[in-house]
Amino acid sequence: MSTLVTPVPPAERQGAERGAGAGPGRERGLAWLAAPALVVFVAFGAIPLVGVLLLSFTTWDTLGTISVTGLESWRAVLSDPGLPHALWVTFLVMALSWLVQTPMSVLLGVFLAGHQRYRAVLAVFYFVPLLLSSAAIAVTYKALLDPNFGLGAGLGIELLAQDWLGEPHLALGVVIFVVSWQFIPFHTLIYQGGVRQIPRSMYEAAELDGAGRIRTFFSITLPQLKYTIITSSTLMVAGSLTFFDLIFVLTAGGPGDATRVLALDMYKRGFQANLMGHASAIAVILVLVGLALALLLRRIGGGSSSASQLDGA
Amino acid sequence: MGTTLTETIEQTPARRTTPTPGAMTRRPNWLGGLAGWLWLGIVVVPIYWIVITSFKAQATYYADNPFALPSDPTLDNYVLVIQSDFVQYFVNSVIVTVGAVAPAVVFSFMAAFAIVRGGSGRFLRLTNSLFLMGLAIPLQATIIPIYLIIIRLHLYDTLLAMILPSIAFAIPLSVLVLANFIRDVPKELFESMRIDGAGTWVQLWRLAFPLTRPAVVTVTIYNALHVWNNFLLPLILTQDPSKRTLPLALWNFQGEYSVNVPAVLASVVLTTLPILTLYVLGRRQLLSGLTAGFGK
Repeated sequence: MSTLVTPVPPAERQGAERGAGAGPGRERGLAWLAAPALVVFVAFGAIPLVGVLLLSFTTWDTLGTISVTGLESWRAVLSDPGLPHALWVTFLVMALSWLVQTPMSVLLGVFLAGHQRYRAVLAVFYFVPLLLSSAAIAVTYKALLDPNFGLGAGLGIELLAQDWLGEPHLALGVVIFVVSWQFIPFHTLIYQGGVRQIPRSMYEAAELDGAGRIRTFFSITLPQLKYTIITSSTLMVAGSLTFFDLIFVLTAGGPGDATRVLALDMYKRGFQANLMGHASAIAVILVLVGLALALLLRRIGGGSSSASQLDGA
Repeated sequence: MGTTLTETIEQTPARRTTPTPGAMTRRPNWLGGLAGWLWLGIVVVPIYWIVITSFKAQATYYADNPFALPSDPTLDNYVLVIQSDFVQYFVNSVIVTVGAVAPAVVFSFMAAFAIVRGGSGRFLRLTNSLFLMGLAIPLQATIIPIYLIIIRLHLYDTLLAMILPSIAFAIPLSVLVLANFIRDVPKELFESMRIDGAGTWVQLWRLAFPLTRPAVVTVTIYNALHVWNNFLLPLILTQDPSKRTLPLALWNFQGEYSVNVPAVLASVVLTTLPILTLYVLGRRQLLSGLTAGFGK
């Protein structure tokens, strides 16, 4: 463990500490405490992250040896029409699930922050989807939407007995519905917390001015929730890159490639087609998209408050 | 961040009981109420369907109205699920969850303590930045090298293969949340302990740990839910059925019994039961755990 500490020149360390008013040599006594977390994170987080970039310049079929093949994987991936399609589906899922989740979460968050008596009873049920694993949710909806054995068939209602997961547009719609079902409770919690922090005096003033319910919502509640909206949206957008398990179990990317998002594309190329080099290139693109989105949202967020919240997320 | 999370944990119950009417009571929130009832239906209908169907016999499942209570309730589906090595998968899930979360929380706590108490040093600042970077990156993108590392370490098809990356994935957010709480512990307390001759290790476990217990519980719950529900790691790092965890077993079970809807739903109920029990026992703590670090 001492080797981890040695790269820091003693002089500089002391300088930094003097600036912060700490006693000399304090870091030496404390750094070893960070070592276990650092070792595990470097081994299974940082090294794999660098590794995925390196692997994207190789060819590997999961069994044989790994051979360096330069830009071959990149050339193959970038010229494959599957990539723009996967990016487009990822974007669609991201944008549409944001559009469904945000208004509903705001409404529910405002509603739950209020004080209707029956509200607490409803709230007990609201958050149950949060507890279920993506696999359990996907398994359930797959059974529920089955055209022959599912709910629609059981009720004998034509409209509900469609081949929900067999038609490209319906399948995408189902993915967005199920994603919303799973994550609206989480964002409702965030908005509920945000609404509770709005000072009551603002509502009292609005009421004295004779502002109606709707006017109050748009002039006070919504502007006051600005940073909550940014936090929640950041989490939604970043999270939508990682909907792998839900979509994998629900549709496996199908029908055809209608719901083949980027993460699924990576898995299928790597672990099903055994093209690990190609899959690694997709993984690098996934990381770049994630970082670009984080930077973009930080810029949209503007002020320092949102930036610090983003650090927190 | 630290203060905001404290608020979610400590003030939510307090606010509920305060007699002062909230800002929104004067006029009824019709639209919110409508959304509230609509959402209740959207959540409760599938859950109701899962539970009642899991008690129906496969033969009567098609004859009955799907929303009618089972005319002849049976436990056959649950027996089938339990006979399909369910207990083994449950034990695997428990081992992986405990095996990952306990070290993850302990390591994160030690690292957070070091970062707060000695964070002006360059080594610890770099460590902190590395963890913060880990927050911004979709960690799923690293599964291919993780697969390679696990194979080279001869850990493929072991529970440890799922435990090690789970610890790594849990560290960034845990360190961030815990550091924000340790920062709130008054420095004078550490100083007076030090003057009394207590070393770093004693300060850590006797002072910082008890004073930040709510945060530790929150972080533990958050990580436990994530590890318990993880699907990707067992999918790529195991092949042997005896090493499956519950989410993966659920998927395989559906593949095998896709026609037997009641049995599939019984497996969903059984895999979810442990978490639902926890939800009933400690709803507030669990909800604040779910939003660890995100509560505003």
